[in-house]
Amino acid sequence: MKAAVTAAGAAAGAATTPGLVQGQEHQAIPSDLTLRVKSLESLLVEKGLVDRAALDALVDTFEHKIGPRNGARVVARAWTDPAYKQRLLADPDRAIAELGYGGQQGEHMVVVENTPTLHNMVVCTLCSCYPWPVLGLPPIWYKSAPYRSRAVIDPRGVLREFGVELSDEIEVRVWDSTAELRYLVLPERPAGTEGLSEDALAALVTRDAMIGVGKIVLPTEGTKA
Amino acid sequence: MNGVHDMGGMQDFGPIRPEKNEPVFHARWEGRLQAIWSALGTWGKWNIDSGRHNRESLPPAEYLALSYHQLRYVQTVELLAASGLITRAEIEKRRPAKGMRKAVPPLTAAKVPAWFANGNSKRRDVAAAPRFQAGQRVRARNINPPTHTRLPRYARGKVGVIDRDHGVFVFPDTNAHGLGEKPQHVYSVRFASRELWGEQAKPRDTVVIAMWDDYLESA
Repeated sequence: MKAAVTAAGAAAGAATTPGLVQGQEHQAIPSDLTLRVKSLESLLVEKGLVDRAALDALVDTFEHKIGPRNGARVVARAWTDPAYKQRLLADPDRAIAELGYGGQQGEHMVVVENTPTLHNMVVCTLCSCYPWPVLGLPPIWYKSAPYRSRAVIDPRGVLREFGVELSDEIEVRVWDSTAELRYLVLPERPAGTEGLSEDALAALVTRDAMIGVGKIVLPTEGTKA
Repeated sequence: MNGVHDMGGMQDFGPIRPEKNEPVFHARWEGRLQAIWSALGTWGKWNIDSGRHNRESLPPAEYLALSYHQLRYVQTVELLAASGLITRAEIEKRRPAKGMRKAVPPLTAAKVPAWFANGNSKRRDVAAAPRFQAGQRVRARNINPPTHTRLPRYARGKVGVIDRDHGVFVFPDTNAHGLGEKPQHVYSVRFASRELWGEQAKPRDTVVIAMWDDYLESA
């Protein structure tokens, strides 16, 4: 079994392509996999194991139906509606469903709120668990070795790489997604946004802030998103 | 399994390289493969835990050398062959075996929205008494199974506090190996970073790990 796996791995381009370690898969895609996946798809369709139109619908879901804009709407609602925020923290699945989101890889959500004394950050050290309905599929760095290894032992070093420097007085709390719970960070609403509409607030919310590796800043501050 | 997938606390993997405006997929095949993976899952020939175990069972050097989507390809072929849905000969020849009877795919385009929205919950509505309560001190057991587990190495033997009980979930250590769901409580367990890493950690910092009853003992 191992040997077979190894052979398949070699066929997939193991020898020539940077992998999880470098997190740069997009820089050296073996053209071989383009062909291999294409012929695998044809074979599966011919055997009646998958439906080609279903694959189209799935890709469309991954590319267009889910993503961090969904999470941003949840955050903006929580910022503008205190009752919603309470529901979101107490019963996240139901509160997120109120906005029409939920499903695969987001069945059981935990929403963790940043405060002036607490900064939350999310990782999956064992694989790539990530809240799909609200954030979409994870970025490459999130599922790569540098982040997975270091987030728990050196979260402040990781945050510094993302441009976030936190005082020692602030607790950094890292959530390791080891079970079938998925986490969404509720970032602090930045000062100076009192007059903004919910839509304008949602536009400020970044994916990184909802993973807990970024702070939300106003565009006028113009530095780091 | 003490595999290389269990990365928490390892060092020297280099800088994190976020990509600006990263696309969901970097090539068409990545999206097709992700979709194939999801569609094949609806045959019920493997579950989330046995799938993870399969990934983790790759030789360590290979696990690290392959990208996420390359790993997914290797894994898909492996699980397809192991499940009997397809043979390696069919994959190599790129065509179905002679005399094959065409199957009917469980997931059609019309069913995709419901497939996504319904999810695939691993919570189980069964009566199982929790062994621990919020606020209780617990120790993560020092176990080193050669089989699948979701108890990361860096937490084993460490003492933390139960933060919250999330209810009853399928137990991956048995479910990955066809040994039943063994549903039990999952807790958020909060560990002081200094308990995990010693003095180099900042005194206020913490790590919260989701853990099943079987991973824990009183401390």
